[in-house]
Amino acid sequence: MKPPRNPTFLARQSYRRRRVRDSARLLPVLGMFLFLLPLLGGPQGETRTAVQLVYLFVSWFGLILAAGILARLLRYRARDGADGDANGDPT
Amino acid sequence: MIPFNILVMICLVYVAGLFIVAFVAERRASAGKVSWLRSPLVYTLSLSVYCTAWTFYGAVGYAARSGLEYMAIYTGPTIVFIGWWWALRKLVRIGRTQRITSIADLISSRYGKSNALGVIVTLMAVVGTTPYIALQLQSVTLSFAVFAREGTSGWALPDLNATALWIAAGLALFTVLFGTRNLDANERHHGVVTAIALEAIVKLVALLAVGIFVVWGVAGGVGEMLTRIAESELGETQFRAGRWVGLTFLSAAAIMTLPRMFQVLVVENADEDHLATASWAFPLYLCLMSLFVLPIAVIGLTTLPDGSNPDLFVLTIPLSQGREGLAALSFLGGFSSATSMVIVAAIALSTMVSNHIVMPLWLYFGDGKTATMSGDVRKVVLTARRLSIAGVLVLGYLYYRLTGGTEALAAIGLISFTGVAQVLPALLGGIFWRGANLRGAASGLIIGFAVWAYTLFLPSFGPGAVFSADLLANGPWGISILRPQALFGVTGMDPVVHAVFWSMVLNSAAFFGVSLFGFPSPLERLQGAQFVNVFEHSRAAHSWAHGAAEAEDLLMMAQRIIGPEEAQALFQKAAERQGKMGYLPDTTPEFLEHLERELSGSVGGATAHAMVSQIVGRSSVSVEDLMAVADETAQMLEYQQKLESQSEELSRTARQLQEANEKLTELSVQKDAFLSQISHELRTPMTSIRAFSEILMDVDGLSTEEQAKYSSIIHDEAIRLTRLLDDLLDLSVLERGQVTLNEQTGNLRDLVDRAIAATASLGEAGRMRIERDRLAENVMLHTDTDRLSQVFINLIANAYKYCDADEPVLTIRARRQTGEVVLDFVDNGSGIPKKSQTIIFEKFSRLSDQSSAGGAGLGLAICREIMANLGGSIDYLPGQGGAAFRVTLPVAEAQAA
Repeated sequence: MKPPRNPTFLARQSYRRRRVRDSARLLPVLGMFLFLLPLLGGPQGETRTAVQLVYLFVSWFGLILAAGILARLLRYRARDGADGDANGDPT
Repeated sequence: MIPFNILVMICLVYVAGLFIVAFVAERRASAGKVSWLRSPLVYTLSLSVYCTAWTFYGAVGYAARSGLEYMAIYTGPTIVFIGWWWALRKLVRIGRTQRITSIADLISSRYGKSNALGVIVTLMAVVGTTPYIALQLQSVTLSFAVFAREGTSGWALPDLNATALWIAAGLALFTVLFGTRNLDANERHHGVVTAIALEAIVKLVALLAVGIFVVWGVAGGVGEMLTRIAESELGETQFRAGRWVGLTFLSAAAIMTLPRMFQVLVVENADEDHLATASWAFPLYLCLMSLFVLPIAVIGLTTLPDGSNPDLFVLTIPLSQGREGLAALSFLGGFSSATSMVIVAAIALSTMVSNHIVMPLWLYFGDGKTATMSGDVRKVVLTARRLSIAGVLVLGYLYYRLTGGTEALAAIGLISFTGVAQVLPALLGGIFWRGANLRGAASGLIIGFAVWAYTLFLPSFGPGAVFSADLLANGPWGISILRPQALFGVTGMDPVVHAVFWSMVLNSAAFFGVSLFGFPSPLERLQGAQFVNVFEHSRAAHSWAHGAAEAEDLLMMAQRIIGPEEAQALFQKAAERQGKMGYLPDTTPEFLEHLERELSGSVGGATAHAMVSQIVGRSSVSVEDLMAVADETAQMLEYQQKLESQSEELSRTARQLQEANEKLTELSVQKDAFLSQISHELRTPMTSIRAFSEILMDVDGLSTEEQAKYSSIIHDEAIRLTRLLDDLLDLSVLERGQVTLNEQTGNLRDLVDRAIAATASLGEAGRMRIERDRLAENVMLHTDTDRLSQVFINLIANAYKYCDADEPVLTIRARRQTGEVVLDFVDNGSGIPKKSQTIIFEKFSRLSDQSSAGGAGLGLAICREIMANLGGSIDYLPGQGGAAFRVTLPVAEAQAA
């Protein structure tokens, strides 16, 4: 019903902005993967908990770092070009 | 050992500090200085109400029992926050644009401002939160008891219940004072939020301090700590996949649906940008809060005597190591975790209770006239809120008294999470799916809540309390597939995971199933579109038809809800926008919409809607209104299409202009060339005339023949000049339309004959063969025959001059067609290049530089002007294998012979 009004292709800057948003959308998926990974087992024996503890916190800090970088990019990019937030972004 | 009195003093000083902070924050806010009160940092810290005393004390206990599994309580929120671009951003935007006051308000507004849904969500929230408040009271009293038990200074074990009562009363006082100071138009509590942020720092510092003490003070460093973990009984704990996944999901759901989280996350949000900061800063906070949990648990398990309560390791480890200052700090941390949770939860619940239960009842019993009655509604709302806060705390206290100290209370954290998570399908479905409707949401909520109560909440009181042991073991009436903790025969699942699984599955199934088959009301569809497409609609669609409401009544009502000054300012501004003086704007749909939204910031969407419709007096939105909205969209589309076609037309015009420009440029070149040509043409005869006349004048003794020869040259040259000037004159006369036509009747064949005869004297005439169809040429014409034959002569002469074929042939074809006679002159030369075809009829245009052509490039221009004057036309006919000209004469002038 709705005729497509968005352009099909974008300039480099808007393209990058879209990809930053995509990364922001994908980050929780990565987070889920990292947090569910320990279920597969890991090292046996008495070091298990200690290793998993270190693993979980390292991934956690990594995710926080990535989220921080993305938040900066998203805010920075939101300012220099206010193109629509509509769903179904062109690519 | 810290004496009990000192401990109480510490608490009182701390609470007094909170009061002062909240008070100063409120003062600054009312003075308009909110810059640092509303920073991303304060926002992030205020989110820490997620970490309650249950997480402060309980996480260590959990870790001591199940190893790393406690982290699931934090990983869920982490995933939700780093994925803020998906859901949280939308929630916050909706909350801000729709002036949402609570999660019940969000659900109610989304599904057509239905108060029934508001009531359902409110009740669920109260049922789910009250035990949680009881848990906070218990944890604080227990922590008091730790000091009492270990006390050596002889103070008696205080009455735990009295302690809990005093705590509840103090919290109620604080919450009433700062949570209901005013009926803020957008429901923000600067004082409370600032105090919460301070408490967030206290609990983080306290837990980190204990953790650092444990790792570096007791264990002796990170390496040793890891070794001790490996050696402890927790060293080999397995992840229980079901619980790990289930709890991660549960905590992720809870962070969005817990009333207190919704309060700080959405309602208290001052700037959407803050969410971007919180997206990484809040996970960082959670990460730091959980960093030392396992080490503390391991040290507690290994150094404290068997049988110590692991839930209190945070307190008992420093005490056992003689670190009383640290223990006091840790106590304060637990205390602040509990208080911040209770305060925010009480505010959130009281808003919901007053907006969705008390106000509708008040309106209902007000005999339908309450909205226009005099009196201050604000007082009613504020009183309702204060009573609700007190009520919530009393409920929590009663719950604590009834179940205090039992295992049931310790497990209540996850049970409470599961209860509030039932809102998740309606919440996410509501903001992402326009098809979600009221019936679906209500069915999902009720079924989910019922399943939760049946499988988790009621059994949690233990066999014999609510459900008999027999019912738990064998199901009601012995139906084993209905066993509360093994629904549909699914056994072997952890009770919490079992309840989460079945409640969410059945809840979602009911929500989606009923939604699919239902048909929403117009208002619901309108709200649905606004919620789901919140990023596309910056402007709200009208939900009010043009009402007959009296602006005065509305003003009276608004004054009572948001206060006289604000209401008058609002009305005045609206009137000004409409170009009216005074305080009473026209009650346009836009204005009603705006007013309703302002009011809903104070009393909630459903109540505001109900109050406005009491005055407007009829259903607010009809199918016609929806159609009007659709029409607007259609108009936009049409407008867009119009713009597009206009731009197409523009590009067409641009193309035409470009062609014209090319033509002009070529003409200009031609003209320049011609000017040099014409001056040359004029100069050549003039030079020879001057030269020969000088000879005649100056040279004596010329023979008669010579004199005759020179004079004739002068004469010829003069004739050439005259002819050139005649042509120019002729053309300008024709162009100005001043020519007088000498009309007479003649035969076309005779005219062509005459033209051929007239051109026979030209030098090349003998070479060219002329093919004619004399029969077809037999057409009688009534026109200026002299002028017409001038055109023919010109065309034939051109053919003689320019046809470059070895055996030049000129074909003259005559043809009659409806209303006109057409005469084509086609030669077999190389024709005229395409780029020149457009300009050959222009003045001064000559395709070759050869002066041999003799003409001045005026011939065809003259022909064109003649034909125009005769009412016909002359065109170049491309694609005939040579130069071809078509002369057309209209039938009005042409009569068949």
